[in-house]
Amino acid sequence: MNRFIIPLLVFGLLVVVFGISLKHAPEKQVVKSALIGKPAPEFSLPDLLQPGATVNSAAFKGRWVLVNVWATWCVECRAEHPTLLDIKQQGKVIIVGLNYQDKDADARQWLAELGNPYEAVAVDREGRASIDYGVYGAPENFLVNPAGVIVHKTWGLTPDYWRTTMLPLIEGTTK
Amino acid sequence: MIPEIGQYAMILALLLAAAQAFFGIAGPWKGQQRWMQATYPAVAGQFVLLGLAFGCLIWSFVHNDFSVRMVAAHSNSALPVYFQVAAAWGNHEGSLLFWVFVLSAWTLAVAAFSSTLPRPFVARVLGVLGIISVGFLLFSLATSNPFERLQPARPDGVDLNPVLQDFGLTIHPPMLYVGYVGFSVAFAFACAAMIEGKLDQTWARWTRPWTTVAWMFLTVGVALGSWWAYYELGWGGWWAWDPVENSILMPWLLGTALIHSLAVTDKRGLFKSWTLLLAIMAFSFCLLATFMVRSGVLVSVHSFASDPTRGIFILSFLALTIGGALTLYVWRAPLLRSAAGFDLVSRESFLLFNNILLVIATAVVFGGTMAPMIADVAGLGTLSVGAPYFNPTFLIPMLPLLALVSVGTFARWKRGALGESRNRILGSLVLALILGLALILGVYGDRSLLGPIGVVIGVWIVVSSLVDPVDRLRRGLSISPSILGMTLAHIGLGVITLGITTMEARMEARDVALAPGQQVELGRFAFRFEGVEEVDGPNYAATRARMVVTRDGKPETVLFPERRNYLVQEQALAEASLGVGWQRDLLATMGEEVGGGAWSFRVQVRPLMRYVWLGAALMAFGGFLSTLDRRYRRRREAAESATVAAPVPRGDPA
Repeated sequence: MNRFIIPLLVFGLLVVVFGISLKHAPEKQVVKSALIGKPAPEFSLPDLLQPGATVNSAAFKGRWVLVNVWATWCVECRAEHPTLLDIKQQGKVIIVGLNYQDKDADARQWLAELGNPYEAVAVDREGRASIDYGVYGAPENFLVNPAGVIVHKTWGLTPDYWRTTMLPLIEGTTK
Repeated sequence: MIPEIGQYAMILALLLAAAQAFFGIAGPWKGQQRWMQATYPAVAGQFVLLGLAFGCLIWSFVHNDFSVRMVAAHSNSALPVYFQVAAAWGNHEGSLLFWVFVLSAWTLAVAAFSSTLPRPFVARVLGVLGIISVGFLLFSLATSNPFERLQPARPDGVDLNPVLQDFGLTIHPPMLYVGYVGFSVAFAFACAAMIEGKLDQTWARWTRPWTTVAWMFLTVGVALGSWWAYYELGWGGWWAWDPVENSILMPWLLGTALIHSLAVTDKRGLFKSWTLLLAIMAFSFCLLATFMVRSGVLVSVHSFASDPTRGIFILSFLALTIGGALTLYVWRAPLLRSAAGFDLVSRESFLLFNNILLVIATAVVFGGTMAPMIADVAGLGTLSVGAPYFNPTFLIPMLPLLALVSVGTFARWKRGALGESRNRILGSLVLALILGLALILGVYGDRSLLGPIGVVIGVWIVVSSLVDPVDRLRRGLSISPSILGMTLAHIGLGVITLGITTMEARMEARDVALAPGQQVELGRFAFRFEGVEEVDGPNYAATRARMVVTRDGKPETVLFPERRNYLVQEQALAEASLGVGWQRDLLATMGEEVGGGAWSFRVQVRPLMRYVWLGAALMAFGGFLSTLDRRYRRRREAAESATVAAPVPRGDPA
């Protein structure tokens, strides 16, 4: 044993700490939101697809709702879009879009091109409702239970994340 | 088409890097001259290919090719061209490509300027650099491909983060990266020496100029980052102990220690294993800096890309390279014995103190930076470590370090007694006390304890750095570039000390709401708000305030702080306005409109702020000068007369 081994031992210890910290890192995808466990903020905003009408959050009570914050300027939203279409197909939850600081025409064209996974899309051009939801940017997703309480929040959805983390939340209570 | 060319160039560069690594390590091992020879074309080819790849990336940015994911996510057609170019390295993927490109440039320089070094040694150095290049290219291609396409293409891009749309930030990352990557050369030299199991004074002389150049770039990089935070983030902070700032500071501290320990190894053949360890550690912290910023282990304003798979890749890479080097160290370091000894008050022992204190300072910063992560891992909840920890604890090693600089420059190699130096030490200290106290009491009036201490130490460093060169001039001796460089760098340190302590002790700031025509007073300065106007920038609209500053009633300057609204990202940003000068900086930052035509402002007076940047510039320039010293090139002249196969040079007792 010589003293020159000490740096290697210290380094090994650090690698372990870093490794554990990285294992924790995926959990950070679950954004800690002060809103989890609280009632979802109510909103009443213009309807993107039916000009003149409004989208009322109260109308969705009693069903599982995925509130999806999106925008056409958001590259990740485009990556997330097929997942949303897939989730709609599964029919476990309705998706309500919150179109965040966007242009209406762009948003409509986006849905026409890529398909529409949304039950309804509320236009939040000034980001008023988004502030209530504590949105940092797009995409963000809030899972709201039938009682109108936010049970989960995350950034962009992947099929894996939906299947392994969010779907059990829904099925765990519906079973 | 162009992005695909860049992509292929990267893949080909990876293959060449692998060849370079294999032939560089296996060549000397098997005694294959032609294998060693093969590293050179691999190095040159890699440089050309990575230059091409990086050029393709810049091309895609400048030509607004929004089918490339990176371009769509970080640029915009309304963005000015120089920021489009800068956007190429203002993101995770692009900056990694830039990293390996810089590495290939450093490697090419090593290959080109090492013709006088023993061939097997150079081959090993190139081999180690090849391994690093393979790691980074694999990482880039596997997890962070800069040329990834978007299907379908976007009509326009998301734009560069407005905070990054700034001149300081266009050149801060390149400088930093050139510095980081430069330490890979010192690391490769250390690994090559350990593989050979032989380390003499000549080795230190080869390594010194490379390390000093890397350190110089790192110095400029740190200063630019701080300068950017100072004027762009807008609230006058110049050092926030942000994890990313810390991650830059740590390699700088260790690099500084390495420069000094290399000097001892060069001149006296001592500290050999310690120098090796420092070279490994300095490079590890450069890698760690990349790791911290890019992996999302530590969240801060800088981490614009966070992805755990990337973190796992970098961690494995760190474990392999650094773990490998440290394993080599366990095996080889015991073989390196230093024959000579030294006395307690010799220059060697002062440089040892310098090294110990710099390593303690690094440990202090490291501890504070890691604490939140360790608390998280240990399940102790979230923990925030900031200035209240860093400011006092960082001073514990720094104050004695700064105080010892002066004494250390007077100490002689090996010799015990201070002898005639004692008078100089006392003389310069008395002079510093008089000047420092005169400055503090006469100009500013006393207010805190730290101010006078810092000023006296700063002045002392400047005065005592000048003693030896002045003495040499008086005796008609020449001053070598390395002595001149050292003197300048130490004066720079003194100037920084003077600047920081005065500024921190004497700065004044106020947050006020002002209606047009109202003014706020700050010491002898009055800031009068005269009104706002709307101005249009290339990709933003701004509200600009006009603020007239007077000193003792006489006009001093006019400041124009702005609130900019960046159109694409719909982000508002305060653009501070600075009136800089040799005595003080005046700052005005604009907040929100508070109604009735009134706006909130923060106004600041920061004395001697400019000396912080001046000191950093002096340090960097001193480092540059010292690399010009002829003794680093003497081997070449000797080698030209000697036969080719004389790989073992003798030590130089200069």
